[in-house]
Amino acid sequence: MTARFTARGRTGPHPVSQMILPLGGRVGVRAGAASKRLLALIACVPMIIGTSEPKLVPDVSDTQIDIAYSFTGAELLLFGAILYPGGRAPTPDTDVAVVIKGPAEPLLVREKAKVAGIWINHASARFRSVPSFYAVATSRPLDQLVSARTAAIYEIGIDNLLLSPANGSSAGEQARFEAGLIDLKRRAGLYAEHVGAVSVREGVLYRALVPIPARVPVGEYTAETYLIRNGHIVAAATRQIGISKSGFERFMAQAAADYPLLYGLAAILISLLMGFAAALAFGRVRR
Amino acid sequence: MHLYLPIAGLSVNALVIVLLGGMVGVLSGMFGVGGGFLTTPLLIFYGVPPAVAVASSATQITGTSVSGVLAHSRRQGVDFRMGMVLVAGGAIGSFAGGFVFHLLQRTGQIDTIISLLYVALLGWIGIGMARESVRAVLATREGKPCPPITTKRHRKWIAALPFRWRFYGAGLYISPLAPFLLGFVTGLLTVLMGVGGGFILVPGLLYLFGVSARVVVGTSLFQGLFVTATTTLVHAMTTHAVDLVLAGLLLIGSVTGAQIGSALVQKVRPERARMMLAVIVLAVAIRMAVGLTWRPDAIYTVQLL
Repeated sequence: MTARFTARGRTGPHPVSQMILPLGGRVGVRAGAASKRLLALIACVPMIIGTSEPKLVPDVSDTQIDIAYSFTGAELLLFGAILYPGGRAPTPDTDVAVVIKGPAEPLLVREKAKVAGIWINHASARFRSVPSFYAVATSRPLDQLVSARTAAIYEIGIDNLLLSPANGSSAGEQARFEAGLIDLKRRAGLYAEHVGAVSVREGVLYRALVPIPARVPVGEYTAETYLIRNGHIVAAATRQIGISKSGFERFMAQAAADYPLLYGLAAILISLLMGFAAALAFGRVRR
Repeated sequence: MHLYLPIAGLSVNALVIVLLGGMVGVLSGMFGVGGGFLTTPLLIFYGVPPAVAVASSATQITGTSVSGVLAHSRRQGVDFRMGMVLVAGGAIGSFAGGFVFHLLQRTGQIDTIISLLYVALLGWIGIGMARESVRAVLATREGKPCPPITTKRHRKWIAALPFRWRFYGAGLYISPLAPFLLGFVTGLLTVLMGVGGGFILVPGLLYLFGVSARVVVGTSLFQGLFVTATTTLVHAMTTHAVDLVLAGLLLIGSVTGAQIGSALVQKVRPERARMMLAVIVLAVAIRMAVGLTWRPDAIYTVQLL
């Protein structure tokens, strides 16, 4: 709350206009930090009514991404229009940021250290809700887009993610583990920042192209679009995207999870048969 | 050609995986070592999650071993009686291994200690094999007859064991308790380390018992077949990490490779084959030792809770 009001205080001429438009479908998506933010939003609802700020009409190219045998990644196109109430002329210095988040998961991060000449796991930290995937696309470099505080509130930018560390360890230690975790995710291509990937045309239409890598985890994703003017978020909208395995891939994943014994026996049978087949084929060739 | 692996959750170049399987299959057919020591780290390097790499390479080794055993049995290169005794020992050994693993896991840093022990064990076996095989290679080069490896054929403690059986393929008349114990130790270490039943079994059969070199590779593969089939099942039931698409791709390469390997090894003099295996064993030991002391690629590792 405090942060929200301070942000508003700095606006000066139009204080109410800072508020965000409904963030539909956010309830229950993320625990912890998100629910706090939601409370803040609900408290602000009365102020939104009667605003003269522009509105976002977002859409995505795919609301459902199917992972099939030939899946090598996808490109998600997020596009939409910015509506100005009362037929006002569009403002040219409008920026858009798009944040795509995968389902959050609790993680244990281990850290190796050299002890007596050998690298061993020596310390660990727990994180309660780490987004399995995070991509942000912006029309301008992050530091020119919004203030550090706003970026932190809306989790815009990889370094602004709230990972909810669970241990009561020192701040320095937490930062070290967070940096390690983020580095791992970045290297796997699961966390990415695409600066300049959003183009805004004449302050009315925007489009963002976000690559989704092949090793993307399955689940429900959210794509949040933020409309930014003069360093402040003036509108926001959310879309849900489902990423799931389909067809044969889904069948295999389900079989492995639901019928482990049959799946294991099938695996053994297949390997035995293939071994026999090779022996048979080569035996024929030799004779 | 890219294929998506449903359990591993990423797409791989199918051709690369088939070729990797083929390479491992050739080694397996030639030397009787499973190949998990090679497949697992390479798959992890490729980006496959470690649990999936371990579990799926176990599935692959089962098929490779079948292919290799059949190829060797065509040349009477498998002592099935010895193999069954090893399997029995291995089964009980892997149960014991699972128990020991749980016990040690609770104490914390055990994987490091096991790695150190493994490095020492492989180093000792590798150096011993290298010395023996180099001596044999040099002797044959000078035109002398190859000195038999069976100098220590009648080890006192083995001869002291009761109930002797005749193992015709192996050319031995010893107590089944001796191979049973070797199988037990192999099973125990396989579960603890996740790699390398063959590394212990092949030198053990050759140097401890003096089993005829003709049947060592085939018999080792025969034992590996059962061990890895069990491992596959255990992984399927507990970690759900067996990726059949990945295993299938590896198998296409490795069952073919095993046939080629078992034919190749017929063309190589046995002492040279032993020297090659010694080099591989030493290379694995050195790699593991280096892996312990070098700064790892990733200081941080993540585990899902």
